[in-house]
Amino acid sequence: MSDLTRKTAVELSELMTSGETSSVEITQAHLDRISATDTAVHAFLHVDTEGALAQAAAVDARRAKGEELGPLAGVPLALKDVLTQDGVPTTAGSRILEGWKPPYDSTVVKRLKAAGIVILGKTNMDEFAMGSSTENSAYGPTHNPWDLARIPGGSGGGSSAAISAYQAPLAIGTDTGGSIRQPAAFTGTVGVKPTYGGTSRYGLIALASSLDTPGPCARTTLDAALLHEVIAGHDPMDSTSIDQPIPPIVEAARRGDVNGLRVGVVKELGGEGYQPGVEARFHEAVELLTKLGAEVVEVSCPHFQYALPAYYLILPSEASSNLAKFDAMRFGLRVGDDGENDAEQVMRLTREAGFGDEVKRRIMLGTHALSSGYYDAYYGQAQKVRTLIARDFTNAFEQVDVLVSPATPTTAFAIGDRVNDPIAMYKNDLCTIPSNLAGNAAASFPVGLADEDGLPVGFHVMAPVMRDDLLYQVGAALESALADQWGGVLMSKAPELEVTR
Amino acid sequence: MPSITREEVAHLARLARIELSDDELDHLAPQLDQIIGLVAQVSDVAAEDIPPTSHALPLSNVMRKDENVACLTPEQALSGAPASEQQRFRVPRILTEEG
Repeated sequence: MSDLTRKTAVELSELMTSGETSSVEITQAHLDRISATDTAVHAFLHVDTEGALAQAAAVDARRAKGEELGPLAGVPLALKDVLTQDGVPTTAGSRILEGWKPPYDSTVVKRLKAAGIVILGKTNMDEFAMGSSTENSAYGPTHNPWDLARIPGGSGGGSSAAISAYQAPLAIGTDTGGSIRQPAAFTGTVGVKPTYGGTSRYGLIALASSLDTPGPCARTTLDAALLHEVIAGHDPMDSTSIDQPIPPIVEAARRGDVNGLRVGVVKELGGEGYQPGVEARFHEAVELLTKLGAEVVEVSCPHFQYALPAYYLILPSEASSNLAKFDAMRFGLRVGDDGENDAEQVMRLTREAGFGDEVKRRIMLGTHALSSGYYDAYYGQAQKVRTLIARDFTNAFEQVDVLVSPATPTTAFAIGDRVNDPIAMYKNDLCTIPSNLAGNAAASFPVGLADEDGLPVGFHVMAPVMRDDLLYQVGAALESALADQWGGVLMSKAPELEVTR
Repeated sequence: MPSITREEVAHLARLARIELSDDELDHLAPQLDQIIGLVAQVSDVAAEDIPPTSHALPLSNVMRKDENVACLTPEQALSGAPASEQQRFRVPRILTEEG
């Protein structure tokens, strides 16, 4: 048997169905790979060896009994540490939740378990999903498997790094301003932000409730679609969950036909500030879509340039409210409870010790934006900009079926490069943020390596609300055409990681 | 658009229940000032007649059926608490010696 960790989820499923291997063997191969590579990558915060092997054995037993299983049953997965899993440590990358074990499963986890997907452990992330590099984790940064001196993107850097280090074929991320798509772009993988409300937020430790969206990460478009189908759908536990049928995403990923599809290149998401290698790969991918029969036109979304400031007012405002519950009283860390300090002092000392700089910055920014005298000028205005961005999308989708742009202005930058320059860090989310504000579906697909540094470039596709299938249609078409050129998916070009035994 | 001073950042930290050291104030205050400079751009964009959008979805109140369902046991609910006593969260005192 060739290395099981190099297989896609679909290939692993076929091997299990034909009886050539078992979920326990596959899970063990991935656990071995994690232990051989994670000292260097640090994709995981917690590896649940015992739990994963027990889940795998249970799937094998069901298969042996002849039970009909879902297409991903027995396939291992890495879970972003922001989603609760019963009895498994969940920290959201923060000291304030160190050692906390949730007493319940999030809906996403419930659905993964029901589909027989094996959860290997919890992946590293920027604290409370605040960041674009996974350097803001309280437990240390994750390294990009393509170049260990570089960041893997954020906030879901651990999930994307786990996939690109062949530690797991599938992962779950959450996307508030690009936290699935930006790491996908930086690691040469596929990352999808479903339509807001298309996947449940129940049991997701909230950053910004009107923006957070759980979604799939994978090495291929079809793997991502199959995982998307598992976690999507209405959830009565989430009052913002959309009660509508899921679009035919798996079928779209299998078909991958863009003939006649109208594709809009967003005029405002390109040009100055974009790395030449990123622009070059983007334009080649657009040309490829034209060759495959798509009709490509330029579309203007004039208010997208204000998405970044609006987002950095709306997100901190929601975050300052959502993170108020971390007050040292009901769960997690408590500092200063020695009889000398009253409750308020204990709260202040705990939040000082438990939160990192980025979290403090954003909580204070949110507190400022919502405070008396500033509310209308900041928060109120930002919500009006949100209206203008949503209108831009509506107008654009009257002209075209999907919009495209580079996923990020640059490739992965070096660890430490932007930690003291929050604005430079925030600008990395320029292309991904508008979709979060409007709630529409979006994804990043790998389209090659930048000439300057040989690092992956992501192609960003945006689709209307509840038309997530269109993302997969475009992604699969590109993937299939590019795989012919590359002799496989882009990940096959990644350098070998040095393993420790 | 007004900028933000070190004293205002210290005030915000108190409102947000975060104790900040002098060193933290020294590096967070100028960063916050810079960020506020960036986000203040929103004031130039939207006109009076633009309605605000507070959420990606049009929200309506969702009510579930009023029926008994399984919920966490007291032990489960308290399992992550820093301290508990007699099936309750044990919290620091609220009043100081001065009241």
